[in-house]
Amino acid sequence: MPKKVRGVLKIREDLCKQCGLCVAVCPVHILDFSKTKINSKGYRPIELTDPDKCVGCAFCAMMCPEGVIDVYREIVEVAE
Amino acid sequence: MGNLQVVYEVPKIYTGPNHYCPGCFHGIIHRVIAEILQEEGWDDISIGIAPVGCAVLAYDYIDIDWFEAPHGRACANATGIKWAWPDRLVFTYQGDGDAASIGFAETSYAAIRGVNITTIMVNNAVYGMTGGQMAPTTLVGMKTTTSPYGRDPKYAGYPLKMAEHIAQFEGTALSVRVSAFDPQHVLDMKKWIRKAFQYQMEGKGYTFIEVVSTCPTNWRMDPVKAAEFVKNEMIKVYPLGVYKDVGDEKKEG
Ligand SMILES: Cc1ncc(C[n+]2csc(CCOP(=O)(O)OP(=O)(O)O)c2C)c(N)n1
Ligand code: SF4
Repeated sequence: MPKKVRGVLKIREDLCKQCGLCVAVCPVHILDFSKTKINSKGYRPIELTDPDKCVGCAFCAMMCPEGVIDVYREIVEVAE
Repeated sequence: MGNLQVVYEVPKIYTGPNHYCPGCFHGIIHRVIAEILQEEGWDDISIGIAPVGCAVLAYDYIDIDWFEAPHGRACANATGIKWAWPDRLVFTYQGDGDAASIGFAETSYAAIRGVNITTIMVNNAVYGMTGGQMAPTTLVGMKTTTSPYGRDPKYAGYPLKMAEHIAQFEGTALSVRVSAFDPQHVLDMKKWIRKAFQYQMEGKGYTFIEVVSTCPTNWRMDPVKAAEFVKNEMIKVYPLGVYKDVGDEKKEG
């Protein structure tokens, strides 16, 4: 089976202030504010709308003022 | 899940949560400083000088030694600390109101004396903490709480360009203006702050980094629009670039 690199994010939801700087720079447009969660600060934390599309570029983490995001990469098999 | 390869992890010495408004660049700049100190193993020998301004609580967010300076006096305090402990990495973290207005003399004289310290000046064109008053760095025509019709150069003069000002002194080893409005510029900022700290460790002289930054709250913009304002308007008045680098001069000469 063919393989591809996929990004994996660790999101510290409680630190998120919903500023949107990460949402604006994500090259594959898969970050958005949660429609179901509210964190302890009263913000809607970011979440991945389509985790499979994450390329693991870490642009979001570079822009985050709060240190919400850790970024990892893994190799996954994709069905043809 | 297979084996995870680390691309980016938030430095352990960056200890949130912080009190900054959502999307304020202060947080990005803190995080980047923490990354550099942790990567280089300088966190044990660093002493930060916190200012008066929004960054007044910086000592709570990066887990190193700190000193809290009175408004504008960060460079004077840093000078004393550096002279007492020359082997420490001493840096001031200041707003434009702190470093370029009330502290203009202290900042300039640190450069004139060539004190071996680093200043990181966050230029957001206003006094953020006190409610968005006009600063020396406010753009011509920019509305603030003390210039409600826009800054009028007839009585309020013109924006102060600190990176250019500091570059003129012989004691300055590095004077650079950077920004953080997109990931590439954040990485560029990291490169230059690292270089400033390296020059200090090598005893090259005074190093100055101006970061063109945002104040979404007092600019009354959302954080993404504020970042765009930096990209489209602020850096026209405050061009990014290297205004002095003694490392370069030596290579050329
Ligand atoms: C001696 C003195 N004068 C005035 C003040 C009021 N004051 C507090 S913060 C501030 C301005 C801070 O602006 P800046 O340095 O640009 O930092 P920012 O808040 O924008 O990050 C002023 C004037 C003070 N605390 N002490
Ligand atoms: S007032 Fe402005 S400079 Fe201060 S934390 Fe808020 S956005 Fe940042």
